[in-house]
Amino acid sequence: MDLALRDLGEYVQAALPQFVQWPGEKECDRLHRGELVLLAGREGIVRVLTFLRDDPNCQFKQLMDVCGVDRPGEPERFEVVYNLLSLSHNRRIRVKVTTDERSPVPTVTGVFSSAGWWERETWDLYGIYFRDHPDLRRILSDYGFEGHPLRKDFPLTGYVEVRWDDEQKRIIYEPVKLVQDFRNFDFLSPWEGMQALLPGDEKAKQGEKR
Amino acid sequence: METQIKNFTLNFGPQHPSAHGVLRLVLEMDGETIERADPHVGLLHRGTEKLIEYKSYLQAVPYFDRLDYVAPQNQEHAFCLAVEKLLGIEAAQRGQYLRVLYAEIGRVLNHVFTVCAFAMDVGAMTPMLWGFEQREILMEFCERVCGARLHMNYFRPGGVSQDMPTGLADDIWKWSDEFPKCIDDLESLLTENRIFKQRAVDVGCIDAAQALDMGFSGPNLRAAGVPWDLRKAQPYDVYDRMDFDVPVGKHGDCYDRYLVRMYELRESLKIIRQCLNEMPPGPVKVDDRKVAPPPRSEMKHSMEALIHHFKLYTEGFHVPEGETYSVVEAPKGEFGVFLVADGSNRPYRCKIRPPGFAHLQAMDFLCRGHMLADVVAVLGSLDIVFGEIDR
Repeated sequence: MDLALRDLGEYVQAALPQFVQWPGEKECDRLHRGELVLLAGREGIVRVLTFLRDDPNCQFKQLMDVCGVDRPGEPERFEVVYNLLSLSHNRRIRVKVTTDERSPVPTVTGVFSSAGWWERETWDLYGIYFRDHPDLRRILSDYGFEGHPLRKDFPLTGYVEVRWDDEQKRIIYEPVKLVQDFRNFDFLSPWEGMQALLPGDEKAKQGEKR
Repeated sequence: METQIKNFTLNFGPQHPSAHGVLRLVLEMDGETIERADPHVGLLHRGTEKLIEYKSYLQAVPYFDRLDYVAPQNQEHAFCLAVEKLLGIEAAQRGQYLRVLYAEIGRVLNHVFTVCAFAMDVGAMTPMLWGFEQREILMEFCERVCGARLHMNYFRPGGVSQDMPTGLADDIWKWSDEFPKCIDDLESLLTENRIFKQRAVDVGCIDAAQALDMGFSGPNLRAAGVPWDLRKAQPYDVYDRMDFDVPVGKHGDCYDRYLVRMYELRESLKIIRQCLNEMPPGPVKVDDRKVAPPPRSEMKHSMEALIHHFKLYTEGFHVPEGETYSVVEAPKGEFGVFLVADGSNRPYRCKIRPPGFAHLQAMDFLCRGHMLADVVAVLGSLDIVFGEIDR
């Protein structure tokens, strides 16, 4: 099964070499825990998904999910992740595209109708703009909401809170007032999972170079 | 004289009893006929995905109960499978059986609710009352195993939180003997009911190709004639050992969606009985103190166990860097969790893929050209719960 998946990845890559690449150099990156992941060029995403849908060896007839991931450290901070499912081959594939706040991603609503709402959601939560989307409105957040709440630089508590005002007989928006500051603990500990350098460790490496 | 005829816009919900929660549906009508349906969702948005990014993996589990609150177990299941995949562990055998058992109880909970609520939407009052009696019994089973009737928080990465108390298996078995009678009763009320058929047959049709294109899954996809069930196709836990059939519809209308659910009830019952029969004795969670807490008795004399317990419930476990898209066949369809871990004790990104989101998206397609009264039938047959759609 795993071998077949890797072959499939190589097949897609060979068919669309200008648009598709493997997400890393190493073998382990290509098949991530038995899941096939491909990186697509932003402008080629429509071509890639159309190929994946229609090619007899792929037959990914269902787009199950489109979502964003925010990685503020990267040169292009957003990833758009397309999860596809092929019923006839019983396989899944994940296609990724990177973008930033300004660069729009071509919409894939023309390839899969189900992409409509998933892209609206990604736009709402991350502010990733989908070019040529027929109806790119906010979907999950409030009417008139500002900001994109799932970005890493958006605070968990948000900026505004709402309450019903009895005198004005309407809902009013106010800046968030917290009785207690939001507590965010640093759980890095020497117990497990810590790979961070201890203060002074970097000097040891500099010494080796010299 | 020429008269100007204008379409008018009708607001359906968000406080309509058959809007299944907080759906606001803006309908563009031409007389009684629907020209365009525009569902406005998000009125129940609670920022679950954002909150999970700030919680440890263990603390994230209860959020999944609050997604689809009609069948909470199945959502937990997806998250636990995703975490297990990233951790590279497999749940204990008995734990897997218990999870499958409760996932199927969740399916029965869901289908009983959906079918009865659908019946009520189109005018049948009695099934709701009968169905809720059964749901009450099932919720008692949930309460007995974990202490909570609805939001169970029972599944854990690596198994389940605790074993069944003695006598519970017998009671579930006894219930499984009596339940088919209840399904028969419901069917005698609905399946050949003239009014019910008038409201449901050939309403909201979708064919297989369209259903695939719209991202349908679960009973709604099967009703459209696609034999696809993740429990069969990509089995997780012990589903590969279970013997059950997958019902498939022909027309993809509201009536077929109802029939598929009714049939699935009986199939779930089969799985429940197989689980009870085959469940091996043994531990219910994985024997890895870095993931699962030690038993209480061990903590009384072992310092190490005490430390593990403390670390697990303050810091939680660290999940190695990686990402996975794990799915389960939830009662409503494919419930997926796209989990990105960065090696810390909190998920970096946890995308929840609710099946209802894709189904509701098809409302416009399904309702176009139908009458206003059919909106209610279509909505009821799609099995929409806003907890999971709005997240």
